Amino acid sequence: MATIIKSYEPTFWDKIYIPALVKGLMVTLRHFFKRKITIQYPDEKHIPPEGYRGLHRLNKYPNDRIKCVACEMCSAACPVDCIHIVPGPSPWEGDKERYPVRFDIDLLRCIFCGFCEMACPEEAIELTEIYDFSNYTRESLLIDKEGLLEVYELTKDRNFYSRVKSKESQS
Amino acid sequence: MDLLGFIIICVKVLVVFAATMFTVLALIYAERRISAFMQGRIGPNRVGPKGILQPIADGIKFLMKEDIIPASVDKPIFILAPAILLVPAMMTFAVIPFGSNITLFGREIPLQIADVNVGILYILALTSIGVYGIVLAGWSSNNKYSLLGGLRSAAQLISYELAMGLAVISIILLAGSLKLNDIVADQQGYFFSWNVVKQPVAFLIFLVATYAETNRLPFDLSEAEQELVGGYHTEYSSMKFAMFFMAEYANMITAAALTVTLFFGGWDVPLINEASLGMVGVLLSVISFILKMAFFLFLFIWVRWTFPRFRYDQLMKLGWKVMLPIALINIFITAGYLSITALV
Repeated sequence: MATIIKSYEPTFWDKIYIPALVKGLMVTLRHFFKRKITIQYPDEKHIPPEGYRGLHRLNKYPNDRIKCVACEMCSAACPVDCIHIVPGPSPWEGDKERYPVRFDIDLLRCIFCGFCEMACPEEAIELTEIYDFSNYTRESLLIDKEGLLEVYELTKDRNFYSRVKSKESQS
Repeated sequence: MDLLGFIIICVKVLVVFAATMFTVLALIYAERRISAFMQGRIGPNRVGPKGILQPIADGIKFLMKEDIIPASVDKPIFILAPAILLVPAMMTFAVIPFGSNITLFGREIPLQIADVNVGILYILALTSIGVYGIVLAGWSSNNKYSLLGGLRSAAQLISYELAMGLAVISIILLAGSLKLNDIVADQQGYFFSWNVVKQPVAFLIFLVATYAETNRLPFDLSEAEQELVGGYHTEYSSMKFAMFFMAEYANMITAAALTVTLFFGGWDVPLINEASLGMVGVLLSVISFILKMAFFLFLFIWVRWTFPRFRYDQLMKLGWKVMLPIALINIFITAGYLSITALV
C-alpha cells in the first residue's frame, strides 16, 4: 500500500515567523516561573531512593553481636576483589562459631554493584544510601570493621540524609 | 553658558553615567539570574542577599586578574580597541530624553544631557563607531578566530544598520524632526499615539536590528563561542575583557532606551499630562521611562535564552532580502500616506 506523504505548505503566518517566535518566548517564560530543580548541595542533600547502593555497613543483632559469620561469600562474589576478611573463632559463648576478626573494604576498588549484599547468607553486609564519603587520601578510603559498624549505627533507622538535615535544624 | 547651567549639565552627566554603570551591573546580575531561572536553575545566590553583590565580585575578579597581552598582537590597537567600543556605547545615552522638563532654581531643565537637533543621526553615527572597536580588536589580536569575529561583526552591522536606519526614517517622517525631543512630543497623549501602534512594521524591523547591532543572540555571530572560540575578544583578558562586556551591556541599555524613545512614547505616561503635575509629573515620567526600558532589557535577555543563533548566510539573507525591502516599502507607504493627507 502506498503511503501518501502530504508536504506541509507553510501558511502566511508560518512564513513571517512571528507567531512561532512568540510561542518560543512563552516556553522560556513558563520555565522562568516553574519550580527550580537545583539542590544546593552542601546545604541541601539529595535523598536517595530506597535500594540505593552507597557506602557499605555491617549489621548487628540487638545484643551487639555482629551478624557476619566470616563465610567469605561476599568476597567470593565480589567482582573486583575489594573485600578482605580474616575469620576467627567467635568470642561469644553458645553462639555461631565464626566471626570476622578483620573485615576490610577497599572503597576505591569497590564498584557498588551490590553482589556482596546479595551473596550474604546472614544479611550482614548491606549497602546504605550514603553517597558523599569522598576524602583526600587513599588510606582514608580503606574502611575496616569498626568503620563499617559505625556506618550501621549511623544508618540503622534508615535515611541518613533526612536525619542529618533534621539534626542541623535542631541545633 | 553661565556657571549654574554648567553645573547642571555636569550633574546630569554624572547622574546619567552613574545610572548607566549601575544598570550595567544590574544587568549582569539579571542576565545570570534570568538565564538560570529559565533553565530551571537558581543562579548566583551566595554573594550578598540573593546574590546581588555578584557583579561586584565579578568586577573585583576582573581587576585582580593578570592582564595578558600576547606577544604577536598589534599593541597600540589592541589596547585601544576596548576603549573605542566602550566610549561610544556610554556616549550614546547623551541625547536620549529620560523625563519631562523639571523646574529647579527658577529655570526649566530638560532631563536630557544634550538636546542635539540631529539626535537620531548622532546615535546612528556613534553606534557605527562602536563596531570599529570590534573590528580593530579582531584585527590587532593576530588570531584567525578574532579576525573572523571582527569581520562578521562589521558585515552584520552594515547590513542591519541599513534596515534600522530605514525603519527610523518612517518615524522621522511622522515626527517631522530628527530631534528626539520632538519625536517624544509627537507621541504624547494616550496609548494609541505611540509610534508602535502607528508603525508596527518599522518597530519589528527596528527591534530585530537592535539585536544585531548590539551583537546579542540570536545575532551574536561575532562571538559565536562554538565556532570562533570567543570571537573578537578571544585574546583579551582581565579588565580589557570586562570593558567589552560592559560595552555590550551599555549598548543594550542604549538600544532599549532608543526603542522606548522612538516607539513607546519615551517618558510619556499614557492619559496623563505630565507638565500639569509639576514634580509628580516629572517623577512619573522618569519612572515610566525606566519601566519601559526595563521591559526591553528583560526582552533582550529573554530572547537571548530562547532563540538559537542564526547561521551566517541566514543572517545576511534576513538583513538584505527581507528586512531591507520591507523597510523600504514601509517608508514608501508612510511617505505616500503623509503626502496624500497633506494634499487633502
